[in-house]
Amino acid sequence: MPTASLAEDTPMTEVLLQPFMLRALVAGLLLSALAGYYGVFVVQRRLSFLGAGLGHAAFGGIALGLLLGVQPLWVAIPFTLLVAVGIAWIQDHTRLAADTAIGIFFSVSVALGILFLSLASGRNADAFSYLFGSLLSVTPADIWASLVLVGAGAATLPRLWGDWAYATFDDEAARVSGKSTRSHDMLLIAMLAATIVVSLKVVGILLVAAWIVVPAATARLLASTFSGMTRIAVLLAMMSTVLGLVLSVALDVPTGAMIVLVQAALFLLAMGLARSNH
Amino acid sequence: MIQVDHLSVVASGRVILNDVGFSLPKGAFLAVIGPNGGGKSTLIRALLGLQPHTGVVSLQPEGAPIGYVPQIKTLDRTFPALTEELVATALKLRWPWRIDAACREIVSEALASVGAAHLMGQQIRNLSGGEIQRVYLARAMISTPPTLVLDEPSAGVDVAGAADMLECVERFRSDHEATVVMVTHDWDVAYHHATHALVLNREMISYGPAREAINEEVVRQTFGHEGHAHGVFGGGHSHD
Repeated sequence: MPTASLAEDTPMTEVLLQPFMLRALVAGLLLSALAGYYGVFVVQRRLSFLGAGLGHAAFGGIALGLLLGVQPLWVAIPFTLLVAVGIAWIQDHTRLAADTAIGIFFSVSVALGILFLSLASGRNADAFSYLFGSLLSVTPADIWASLVLVGAGAATLPRLWGDWAYATFDDEAARVSGKSTRSHDMLLIAMLAATIVVSLKVVGILLVAAWIVVPAATARLLASTFSGMTRIAVLLAMMSTVLGLVLSVALDVPTGAMIVLVQAALFLLAMGLARSNH
Repeated sequence: MIQVDHLSVVASGRVILNDVGFSLPKGAFLAVIGPNGGGKSTLIRALLGLQPHTGVVSLQPEGAPIGYVPQIKTLDRTFPALTEELVATALKLRWPWRIDAACREIVSEALASVGAAHLMGQQIRNLSGGEIQRVYLARAMISTPPTLVLDEPSAGVDVAGAADMLECVERFRSDHEATVVMVTHDWDVAYHHATHALVLNREMISYGPAREAINEEVVRQTFGHEGHAHGVFGGGHSHD
């Protein structure tokens, strides 16, 4: 329960000002901005299944971290990046489609995760906070990881957005104009993988794909340009995180689920709006 | 000019192009024609630097931009984009976050030059096949490239639209002395409008000035029958 450490009659405003809430809010806002940003590329490139695949791949890395007794995040990030490279390699070197490659790594990573957790008996209580998300148990290490990701993003993304967007629209035209779209694709997938892993504390493995995809899909319904779609997706992702967090505290329900439900409600609203405009 | 020597492409153990070679002078209009699966689009991809190959492909001046009009079927209509954004990609070499007044002015002129000024501000998903090809053509011409490459630009476009587009290409070629390479299924376009023709069926069947490279014998050799090329040869109008 999110408010378990406080007395039940603690006023809402006081709960919202607690250090754990502020940590949750900072991490949630930073990561949701990134999730919304990457989400537009995931949606337009039809890579929604990749989000789910990488989220589940991270489960194997987290379980390995728990087995080794080290901070799960530091094992899960390279583990998930390796999986992303493996998916790209299978796509490039075999006749298999992307969803097949993702499906294979998805299953193998979950199988490895179950194996590692069974071997790490006694040290696997944390696994549930990654499976379902536990934003209110965000630690200063999680904040630092989020800050590093956002810092790296802020330094590179404004320049990369135009290249990634061009390749998303027409990979061949981007290559004709001299862009190395293959290396850009790998960079995008690597940054997406890192964001997914760090986001697991917020929404959990089971919901991380929705956390990436839903704000972008909502923005797609509302925007007439790709830059507009990007701005709206980031805004909706951050808005739903704050709303979801506050509602989860008020209703005393899991935060990750509440955030995704708020995202879904906004998606339904946008669908209604888009239909009424046609 | 374009120089191609001993160009071969093999994919998954299958020969797509075998020992193709030709030299196209600056300012020429080459029609690439042949049956489906004959390697026309593969040749285009090799010219654009998108296709791994053996042999030499050289476009002069080296490193200059190439104006490229892809097939309409490659367009992602779900991508949220305005006409001017698509055209501006050829100026900015990336997708534009926003379009400033100076860029908008240049884009507007490019669209007007292909008779598509009225398409400014339109979402690309709402455009017809002919309108999309005009927008692609404006994008291809906006930076005045020395080479224009068009992959079946008339596919999915009505007869009037195809004729208008051909006129735009011809005007651009004569105004800027640009070299044009166009994949087409239209024998009439290849015979009457192009200066040169390359008949391709995995290997080069015929190459040269259009009126010499295309004849009944070449068509029969390529397709096994004269088919829809019947009545094209002899007379007609040359734009050379």
